[in-house]
Amino acid sequence: MKIRAIALNTFKEAIRDRILYLLLFFAAACIILSRILALLAVGDRAKIITDVGLASISLFGVLMAILIGTGLVYKEIDKRTIYTLLAKPIQRYQFLLGKYLGLLLTLAVMLVLMTLIFLVLLFLHRYPVEGNFFMAILFIFVELCLITAVAMLFSCFSTPILSTLYSLSFYLIGHISWGLETLINKMPTGVLKTLARILYTFLPDLENFNFKTEVVHLLPIPPKIFLYSTLYGLSYTVFILVLATLIFRRRDFI
Amino acid sequence: MDTVLRIENLHKTFRTGFIPKGKKILNGISLDIKGGEIFGYLGPNGAGKTTTLKCVLGLIFPDKGKIEIFGYSNLSVKAKEKIGFLPENPYFYDYLTATEFLGFYSDLTLVKKEEKPAKVETLLKLVGLEHAAGLQLRKYSRGMLQRIGLAQALVNDPSLVFLDEPLGGLDPLGRKEIRDVIIRLKEEGKTVFLSSHILQDIEMICDRVAILVEGQIINQGALQDLISETVSVTEITISGMQATDCEGLGECYSAQEGRILLKVFEEDKIPDVLQLVQAKKGKIHSLIPRTETLEDLFVGAVKQK
Repeated sequence: MKIRAIALNTFKEAIRDRILYLLLFFAAACIILSRILALLAVGDRAKIITDVGLASISLFGVLMAILIGTGLVYKEIDKRTIYTLLAKPIQRYQFLLGKYLGLLLTLAVMLVLMTLIFLVLLFLHRYPVEGNFFMAILFIFVELCLITAVAMLFSCFSTPILSTLYSLSFYLIGHISWGLETLINKMPTGVLKTLARILYTFLPDLENFNFKTEVVHLLPIPPKIFLYSTLYGLSYTVFILVLATLIFRRRDFI
Repeated sequence: MDTVLRIENLHKTFRTGFIPKGKKILNGISLDIKGGEIFGYLGPNGAGKTTTLKCVLGLIFPDKGKIEIFGYSNLSVKAKEKIGFLPENPYFYDYLTATEFLGFYSDLTLVKKEEKPAKVETLLKLVGLEHAAGLQLRKYSRGMLQRIGLAQALVNDPSLVFLDEPLGGLDPLGRKEIRDVIIRLKEEGKTVFLSSHILQDIEMICDRVAILVEGQIINQGALQDLISETVSVTEITISGMQATDCEGLGECYSAQEGRILLKVFEEDKIPDVLQLVQAKKGKIHSLIPRTETLEDLFVGAVKQK
């Protein structure tokens, strides 16, 4: 009940953020622009539209998660609204979880809006919607769950600008870390390989949530991969949230 | 009366700067607050009043010391169910209306859903904001924010209310209204912990006070025990006489419209003054015996420190 109240209040606060609508506007512009790109490109136009459309939804969803998520806790501390909140009979983790779920709700609404814009575009051009398309959207949301948790973790101890930089770095590293795995496979056995493997274990691999290629090229996705990606996303998100709670529970609000 | 808040040997140091440098804010604070009293926590700016409150409310963690509210640890939910808090210069979610705001805060407490509308209405009435119930908080004046802040502090019907400078920034009428609410809380059997530096208000409504200077309590007790009832000075305003006539009777100051203000420090000299005025055919406009005030006690204590 208390977490729900905080989540709903966070949702009310987040949907008033102008950045959200600016990003939604650019996301819509990019999705629509994919139609023009398709006209210029050689090959299957539906594939170009799906590829650019999904990439736009993913990128702008991440930007929304980071730009709003990093200010989420910081704003409460900066404006001192947290004083009266934490004086009420709530635990600090409930506050954090409420803020997190409130932003997730906002992101879910935005994701639905962006998907609708994309579907309208496909519908107008009578292009078919592949079944895996919705799975790809679902995994964009799983990625957003993780990115939001990361943004909130940094927001617990850092300023919004630094938190944004840290979160963007996490996102970028997450999308290139698979290269490390390729490198590990080609490395000779030794200390260096072990160290590289430890590093890879801790670095995020956000490519686990990227099913754009499979959707665009109509490739089959084994259910095992879905299960693995879901578990990976869930456990990484829980780990980050626990870390955020541990930092937040001993923090002084001066 | 039972102790509702017990603070034992509270210490807090803040570390700031690139190379952290410790600044001691609280240095061994110990307090016992009894049920049903209005307790005034006095101190100049920077003395550590707000830091004490933040420690009690679990917003910051003390380096050393123990805090118990109704016998529970101050960090426990059980303790927080029984308290209310109004911070200094409160800032709230300005996009919410007063009704939405109080509704949100009651969702964070044990207020039942079906009791919520009536609760919100009662609180708005108590702080005199029923006319602004549908107005967004961004359109509220400072005084109105202070009042809605007080309403949120009372949303869970707390037994112990912490008010940090509740009368700051209010006009005389607003101050009286808030003072009346505080007195009503006491009448309802609630305990009020009032942190302030507005001495007149504290003097008017508090049962006991503690004076905090540089992180240490230098004086505490019931007001009547701390402030002496003995007349320390008698101020007499006289006209039709010269200041030089009063030499040897006390300190003499020229006042407006040819009047003089005579401060007599020894009570047995007052008959002499009256005889002198009669002899010189002067006129006495006022004769006010001054007892020691909380301000004198406060200023004296701060200077001593």
